[in-house]
Amino acid sequence: MIEIERISRAFGGLQAVREVSFTVAEGSITGLIGPNGAGKSTLFSIVAGALAPDSGRIRLQGEDITGLPTHQLFHKGLVRTFQIPHEFSRMTVRENLMVVPARQAGESLLQSWLQWWKVVREDRAILRQADEVLAFLEISHLRDELAGNLSGGQKKLLDLGRTMMTDARAVLLDEPGAGVNRTLLGKLAEAIERLNRERGYTFCVIEHDMDLIARLCDPVMVMANGELIAQGDMATLRANPEVREAYLGTGISGGTGAA
Amino acid sequence: MIEFIQLLINGILLGSILALGAVGATMIFGVLRFAHFAHGDLMAIGAYFALTVVTVFNLPVLAALPVAMLLTAGLAVGIDQVVYRRIRRVQPVILLIASFATALVLRSFIQMVWGSSNEVYETGIQLPWRIGPLTLKPDHLLIFVAATVLVIGVHLFLTRTKMGKAMRAMSDNMNLALVTGIPADRVIMWTWAIGGALAAAAGVFLGMDTRLHPVMGWTLLLPIFAATILGGIGRPYGAILGGLVIGCAMELSTLIIPGSYKPAVAFAIMVVTLIFRPQGIIKGSV
Repeated sequence: MIEIERISRAFGGLQAVREVSFTVAEGSITGLIGPNGAGKSTLFSIVAGALAPDSGRIRLQGEDITGLPTHQLFHKGLVRTFQIPHEFSRMTVRENLMVVPARQAGESLLQSWLQWWKVVREDRAILRQADEVLAFLEISHLRDELAGNLSGGQKKLLDLGRTMMTDARAVLLDEPGAGVNRTLLGKLAEAIERLNRERGYTFCVIEHDMDLIARLCDPVMVMANGELIAQGDMATLRANPEVREAYLGTGISGGTGAA
Repeated sequence: MIEFIQLLINGILLGSILALGAVGATMIFGVLRFAHFAHGDLMAIGAYFALTVVTVFNLPVLAALPVAMLLTAGLAVGIDQVVYRRIRRVQPVILLIASFATALVLRSFIQMVWGSSNEVYETGIQLPWRIGPLTLKPDHLLIFVAATVLVIGVHLFLTRTKMGKAMRAMSDNMNLALVTGIPADRVIMWTWAIGGALAAAAGVFLGMDTRLHPVMGWTLLLPIFAATILGGIGRPYGAILGGLVIGCAMELSTLIIPGSYKPAVAFAIMVVTLIFRPQGIIKGSV
């Protein structure tokens, strides 16, 4: 689905991502893990079109999408969420969802006057869709709450809901579990699983919570110092000495104190 | 007491005119992040458009109002496409100065086409209604009702339509709006169209209340910005409230100080707001 080919990106002298290649298979929930500063978020930003790579290509279902701006990728069905959730704080939860769908009759200055009934019909359809999304995420009771008043975890659910208002095919989730309480985390994981199973969403997930990764993701990619150092299912990776070293550091496992 | 109520009525009238101007100015600021200094002159040109319709077709002012709103909306979108669109990517201060220039161009255009003397929509004296000791001109009631209808219209537009929501979304969180694929160019065109139409309505009402003059909008620009700031910049509902507060304050101030200081009252409120509550009087929502 998403093919990442030899992507590199440097910030000044720091090589944030070095020649990383992997494929996110259609219908998979692919994990992306690694210690802080491994280059995961940079890679995400490149895939999502927020950053240009120094070299390398990205393909979405065979089509070269390298360097396309974010909103164009959005219309191609590639959507990302952010590590820190974003919301339209002065709009209600439902309005946050309703503002997303594109290519509507109500956007054209002329059409909205000449064919107002189309606009009304479209608006009703979107309203229903938003309500369905809220029911799916089990946050219908927050429908008329201003999004700015939600908790961090609820905002993440809303982020996920926003992706459901489009014809999203592939969703990049940047630390969906960060700062989310246990109860809500279970709900979030369940929503991701159901979206994957029932709607055929492909996910690529950055996460530090290994339990969440183990529950959701297969395969899992491991990055360290800007490079891809291993991939496979979680059980295999846990046994991989290179992965353990990346996480624990050479200082502990080698005992030489080289750092 | 009677004088107080009479002034309050005048204040609400002035306030609704200011509110219409301020809603447009605040929406333009919310979406485009610059203070539109030509907004007052957009009001004036709207008033003159209506004058032409009134004199050429011999129609009542209220019938000319929709025509004037439509023409001014088109003009505002046109100005944006020709002047502002090209410089949108540079610093906001450049846009601000460009809007100053636009204001001068619009004002000169009015003087060229309609001349620089005072004009009125209808000659002759309108008999005011007497309600006890209070007087109320039929035009005043008309202005108040029409302004209320327009404000309700704006409210429905902002909450019920896709474009209205997109507009609020853009002024709320620009980055998120762009990544969720909100069509920025379309939203900007809509903002100008709505802002222009409301400015025209404000101009026509002002012309009905007083007279038409090439600088009629320019002199009202300060109270409009005061209303915008008082309501919290970028917040349409705040601008409506701000307009009413400023309008009433300006009229009521004549109880204490000479009437020629009315603009100073608006200015003082603006300064005090900027010092003590720069985020505006409305907290949190809308």
